[in-house]
Amino acid sequence: MANKFVWTKKDLLGLEYLSKQEIERILSTAESFKEVTTREIKKVPSLRGKTVVNLFYEPSTRTRISFEVAAKRLSADVINISTETSSVKKGETLIDTGKNIEALKVDIIVMRHNYSGAAIMLARNVHASVINAGDGWHEHPTQALLDMFTLKEKLGRLEGLNVSIVGDIAHSRVARSNIWGLTKLGANVTVCAPKMLIPAEMEKMGIKVTYDIDEALHNADAVNVLRMQFERDEKNAFPKQLEYFKTFGITKERLAKAKKDIIVMHPGPINRGIEISSEVADGTNSVILEQVTNGIAVRMAVLFLVAQANESIKK
Amino acid sequence: MKILIKNGRVVDPANNLDQVCDILVDGAKIAKIDVGGHLLKRCPPSGGAQIIDASGKIVMPGLVDMHVHLREPGREDKETIASGTKAAAKGGVTTVLAMPNTSPAIDSLEAVKLLKDAIKNIAEVNVLICGAITKERAGKELADIAGLKKAGAVAISDDGVSVDSDELFKKALKQAKEQDVLITSHCEDKILSNNGVVNYGFTSTRLGLKGISKESEYKRVQRDIDLAAQAGARIHIAHVSCSESIEIIKKAKKKGIKVTAEVTPHHFSLTEESVLMYDTNFKMNPPLRSKEDLLVIKAALKDGTIDAIASDHAPHTENEKEIEFDRAEFGVIGLETEMAVTITELVNTGLLDWRALVERMSLNPARILGINKGTLSVGSDADIIIVSQEKEWVVKKEKFVSKSKNSAFIEKKLKGVVEHTICGGKICV
Repeated sequence: MANKFVWTKKDLLGLEYLSKQEIERILSTAESFKEVTTREIKKVPSLRGKTVVNLFYEPSTRTRISFEVAAKRLSADVINISTETSSVKKGETLIDTGKNIEALKVDIIVMRHNYSGAAIMLARNVHASVINAGDGWHEHPTQALLDMFTLKEKLGRLEGLNVSIVGDIAHSRVARSNIWGLTKLGANVTVCAPKMLIPAEMEKMGIKVTYDIDEALHNADAVNVLRMQFERDEKNAFPKQLEYFKTFGITKERLAKAKKDIIVMHPGPINRGIEISSEVADGTNSVILEQVTNGIAVRMAVLFLVAQANESIKK
Repeated sequence: MKILIKNGRVVDPANNLDQVCDILVDGAKIAKIDVGGHLLKRCPPSGGAQIIDASGKIVMPGLVDMHVHLREPGREDKETIASGTKAAAKGGVTTVLAMPNTSPAIDSLEAVKLLKDAIKNIAEVNVLICGAITKERAGKELADIAGLKKAGAVAISDDGVSVDSDELFKKALKQAKEQDVLITSHCEDKILSNNGVVNYGFTSTRLGLKGISKESEYKRVQRDIDLAAQAGARIHIAHVSCSESIEIIKKAKKKGIKVTAEVTPHHFSLTEESVLMYDTNFKMNPPLRSKEDLLVIKAALKDGTIDAIASDHAPHTENEKEIEFDRAEFGVIGLETEMAVTITELVNTGLLDWRALVERMSLNPARILGINKGTLSVGSDADIIIVSQEKEWVVKKEKFVSKSKNSAFIEKKLKGVVEHTICGGKICV
């Protein structure tokens, strides 16, 4: 247990920017916080006196609530800001908004933003810690961390696992974060989608690309099923919903050809009958609700680590 | 007033000159050049002269930058003729070609005349005017090209956009030929570039941003060259960014087609790697490309496939740059850094010698524009700069005299300082 590694980052912006050691540190910290969430009194004083702002430029229920619960279980004060109620609507820039929030002596800003790179830009301009809760198509690190945490919990390891990610890869920050994280920890990642939903030169991320769902499922230890974001289909370029389900949907029949214990994950919210059948979503292979539970522990770990690091930076 | 520039290494490829000389400026013109450098001893200038000791320094014709956005009229918050030409003088640029994507666009005889009036008495350096190809640069209807020329425009361009219609572009080329005015072409098929913001490929994928494919550029380069060849007109390709475009230009030149091309300092010195932390000072159009493209661009600068270096000086306010990457404006300023970037990246690395630098940055652009600049011949305009090759400096945001500070080279260490800029016989810097 002689682990001398010290977490030093004030922000969590993406898994591309973390080392293997840093990711492992978050996962191990999350393990101890998970224990907290099983107690009768689910609260520890780690962030007492700290203020966390959830700054959400995109509608989100599950991620925001998950961060809110995580922060409250660490005894932090939580403020939620959504663009509907803020001066952002009046044309304030992101940097100005960030600096105004910081002027309120806030310690951590958790931000969801519709533009890629927004969290990185904010972090460059404020002293508060910034946690990226999803930026455009870029990264959603805490989602990937909770996916990895869940996998590790179920299968005991990440190294050497075959993990397939299926769905709208091109527009998915969840996919990108999972790819960076999983490959750093030694998993073999395959992505699967219709050709138009695979971004350019994706193999360079160290993964395999396939357009064949059966190939993606074959020999997979886990499949992470992404939500098909049909609302993004400006150009009407996506396959129709039913056609997508026929070609790429995760069904009982398809799973029957895969490993018996294959883990089925989904970041939610799920579209039943589009990317996944109800039988599979509710079936024994599914860990979808456990992911939600684990999200709390992982976000507690992240909040805790960045707050600690920022404190030592200030000293 | 007379100025005597003593003992400098004078590089003037138009006269096949590269040696220590004295130069005497009288009024607005170059009066004498004394090879060997003893002008003062042999015949001291009558009436006295201001003496500049250029020992150990390069003396060369002032830069001719054929791609500059002065933003006037309409966006004086970004740049003005006064601030832009002051920045030019600081950077050793004595002639700029002002692009017409102003508000309103420079698309008529009247607009050129108004701009000329605004330039008069205010500009620190020579400002040449590029008119628009189409009315309001909208790509729908040709501007009055004869009128633009008559009013004094030396080139036309819809810079920022390409003329999408083949038919309209053919007409433009035909008229440009008749009027003997240069078309300088922003090559981009907007359908293919698809609202992208960075190079298409691994970079756009890992950043989760929309990509601008190289295809969107080189297909339009090919079309423009083909149509120019058909029309027998000259064409100049602006800000080339990728290897495929260079291949096309090289082939066309071999065939004898009258095509010329420019590249910006950022495209020969930076790659898409710069953009990985979403710094909008690396957001430009065309985007920074791959290492492989950069190498091909450098080779093309050396072998002459690329004729000119131009800054594409594109000032934007902080409000337009310090925002989310997708929303930020394209473009960077370049007037004050182009000389040092070129020295650092191309001369001090041995890729270009001084003669080649003067050709790419002064003589060639002057020839492309058909103006009598880019040389130190006796009797020509006294547009002269004096440069220290080895002096090192760090680019500081607060030191820019341009109204805008959106440089891709902030905090970069560069070598090469423009010590003096003389424009029309007047010492500006």
